[in-house]
Amino acid sequence: MELLVYSARRIVLHSVEVKVLRYVEMLNPPTVGTALDALEIARWQFGITTVYHFMMVPLTIGLGLVVAVIQTAWHRTGNPEYLRMTKFWGKLFLINFIMGVATGIVQEFQFGMAWSEYSRFVGDVFGAPLALEALLAFFVESTFLGLWIFGWKQLKPAVHLACLWIAVVGSLFSAYFIIVANSWMQHPVGVQMVNGRPVMTDAWAVFTNNTALVAVPHTLFGALAVAGGFLLGIAWYHLWRRRRDGVDTVDADGKVIAGEADIPGRDRTDHQVWIRSLRIGAVVAMISFAGTAITGDAQGKLMFQQQPMKMAAAEAACHDGTGFSVLSVGNVGSQNCDDVVAVIEVPGILSFLAKGDFNTEVKGVNSLQAQYKADYGTKLPDNPIYGDRAGQEIQYVPVMEVTYWGFRMMIGFGGLAALAALIALWMTRKGTVPESRWLMRLAVFGILAPFGANAAGWIFTEMGRQPFVVAPNPDMNGIDQVFMFTAAAVSPGVSAGEILTSLLVLTSVYAVLLVVEVKLLVKYIRGGVISAMPELVHASVDENEDATPGPGGPGTGKPADDVLAFAY
Amino acid sequence: MELLPTIWFIAIAVLWTGYLFLEGFDLGVGMLMKLFARNNTERRVLLNTIGPVWDGNEVWLLTAAGATFAAFPLWYASLFSGLYLPLLLVLVALIFRAVAFEYRGKVDTESWRARWDWAIALGSLVAAFGVGAALALTTTGLPLNANGDREGGPFSWFSGYAVVGGLAVAGFSLLHALAFLALKTDGDIRHRARRWFVRLLPLLLLPMAGWALSIQLLDGKPWTWALAALAVLAASAAWMLARQGAEGRAFMALGGFLLLGSASIFGAVFPVVLPSTLNPAFDLTISNASSSDYTLGLMSIVAAVGLPLVIAYQAWTYWVFRRRVSASHIPEAHSFLPAVAAKAFTTKG
Repeated sequence: MELLVYSARRIVLHSVEVKVLRYVEMLNPPTVGTALDALEIARWQFGITTVYHFMMVPLTIGLGLVVAVIQTAWHRTGNPEYLRMTKFWGKLFLINFIMGVATGIVQEFQFGMAWSEYSRFVGDVFGAPLALEALLAFFVESTFLGLWIFGWKQLKPAVHLACLWIAVVGSLFSAYFIIVANSWMQHPVGVQMVNGRPVMTDAWAVFTNNTALVAVPHTLFGALAVAGGFLLGIAWYHLWRRRRDGVDTVDADGKVIAGEADIPGRDRTDHQVWIRSLRIGAVVAMISFAGTAITGDAQGKLMFQQQPMKMAAAEAACHDGTGFSVLSVGNVGSQNCDDVVAVIEVPGILSFLAKGDFNTEVKGVNSLQAQYKADYGTKLPDNPIYGDRAGQEIQYVPVMEVTYWGFRMMIGFGGLAALAALIALWMTRKGTVPESRWLMRLAVFGILAPFGANAAGWIFTEMGRQPFVVAPNPDMNGIDQVFMFTAAAVSPGVSAGEILTSLLVLTSVYAVLLVVEVKLLVKYIRGGVISAMPELVHASVDENEDATPGPGGPGTGKPADDVLAFAY
Repeated sequence: MELLPTIWFIAIAVLWTGYLFLEGFDLGVGMLMKLFARNNTERRVLLNTIGPVWDGNEVWLLTAAGATFAAFPLWYASLFSGLYLPLLLVLVALIFRAVAFEYRGKVDTESWRARWDWAIALGSLVAAFGVGAALALTTTGLPLNANGDREGGPFSWFSGYAVVGGLAVAGFSLLHALAFLALKTDGDIRHRARRWFVRLLPLLLLPMAGWALSIQLLDGKPWTWALAALAVLAASAAWMLARQGAEGRAFMALGGFLLLGSASIFGAVFPVVLPSTLNPAFDLTISNASSSDYTLGLMSIVAAVGLPLVIAYQAWTYWVFRRRVSASHIPEAHSFLPAVAAKAFTTKG
């Protein structure tokens, strides 16, 4: 027995040792063999860090807009519930915002660090939107948000509100510039090839790329959907807790009777805070779903022209036809169409998605693959930048499991959230939520659905672009040779071990910080308004008269730095 | 000599210098959280001096990196991939530092704050050191091959210049932070910061002087030697002004030292942006590393409008928060949690 344990331990130790040795090996200068691994690891790193970053970004954009609207309502009406909403949602906004900032720097550095060949190839055109994002948008966002956080008393109310709006508009511009950069990878325009590299010749074309113009509203509606679900879920929780604690009751018709508990901040205004937040959240969720559907349809039609393979793979549409797959089975992950069987297909719908009619034949994966092979070659060129992969067969079909299900998860999660919002609005028409604990859990859990839709959408559109990092542009004349295979983009001088190190380090740091962020969010959410407004505990009569200058003029008598509790 | 690449070389030098000027003191204040502040109230004072502005300051780094990408993609690609592991450290340091500012006060326990204080202090130190090392190496060179890729493995970038550059920025940041605290706080902290400033100035500026001097010896031109000499004068002026208690002018004189010193360094290496230590033929210069004139022209127009605007509204921020902060402004930490939430909070500290 002991011997068994001993040898088992030996085996474990040995395998650890082997792993360490292989790791050390990979830290050494790249050889042809490890260049291959570097690409895969760098792709995983980009995927993980980007999806993670894009958990924070939509919440920042969406919640920022919502908080700005609510503070405007407070500014105009002076109703105390709007101030409380501003502070509460603003606090959560800040807890989340900082994570977006922190993880955003990684994104900007990563291009140069892990994708130096890509950076060299696209720098002339791709660098500009990134630089402009920092110069014109991110500066605005960070500076004016700092003013908003700390300026509750130093600034006049109107100026203070304006600072938030400026920061929010900055975040919209930020999104625009980043999407312009991304859209250029999806649909390269405004350039000419000079010495093997695209050189910008038409900035207007780059900045009004039709791919970007439809992707921007789609992304913004997606961000609002996240904010909508967030408001809805959290407000539901608080309304439920007020009922559970017996603060709110319902009359014979089921209409709410808002009550007061003998605790600061748990008054009738508190009920107003949550019911309004819930309704705003639900309406925002529904509007944004409609918005994503309309813009998504436009985007899809464009993509059928610009990246037909991505859309064919999204449908697992192997053969040319008009039918939309409701369910396809088979090994869709095999990147081989021979064993994909469409179980349920609705004729005509695919054509509608692609062209707006019901009978145009849409090209399937098989005929597109032949076309791509004819246009861009069957094998990767014998160029050292491809390392081991030079001369390898090019796989033009993206991983269909990802595109097919990614596409469906995006739409499914989005639709689910909108439906839930509609039901929630109807269920709360009498001013409060049902007592059911399970419904409350469902509402809170539902916060995740729009996040899932956002992530799925990005994974779909980025994975669907493979094997290209810069996708070729089939319908453009003259510059249709602007493309780059992902296999050529990774940094040639960086070893697989280095990239693996950063992948492990960043993933662990991100995992730890996710736990910290969620814990803090939960803490402040559970604490309710009071956790974002400690002044409520001390405020005696009217909160418009406390430390915060309201429409009624600056308050008096409070020590000047109390408000810093909002920031720290 | 090409006009637009030269303009963008200057613009990027300005962005880096702006970054060191602004984030310099907030990185330094971060380090001082552990080196200088004696208790939680003092740490809160330190934090409050940079709270409203540090994030805006950090965008200078993003803009410097982004502008390098846009204007000199080959410089960006070679420098960032060549310094893969040190930049990873900088990223991790900046992540923890940023999150720490925001999360430090979110849970009211000593251990929670202590943990984030370390994140702020170490994050600031590592970020300053790493940025300094990277900047020094872009002036002294990396082992780059003909394609601009680093040869010789993950640590082949290392040289004594990396250490000098790292110490230079870390040292300058600390000193700059002391000047900033003397200017922005009141009471005991203000006086202590000034004393430390006067006492430590020669030591903390030594590595930056060493870096500037070695660059002058390597590629100095008469006018960059002159700038370096003026930088020394500015540092002496800062020292004397601080002794006389002219905090504002001492701070500006130290800023002048940075400006002149960095101009002397960037001016000396011009037109090389990143030398190759393997073969001078592989040097990246403003002509072979830059974007097209079209791109640079477009960016020039945007920057000509955008950068002054940034400076204007950031200056306004400093004006809004111009009041000195002191320990007497920091309220006692009070537990604000209502009874209803007590259950949720007692479960974890």
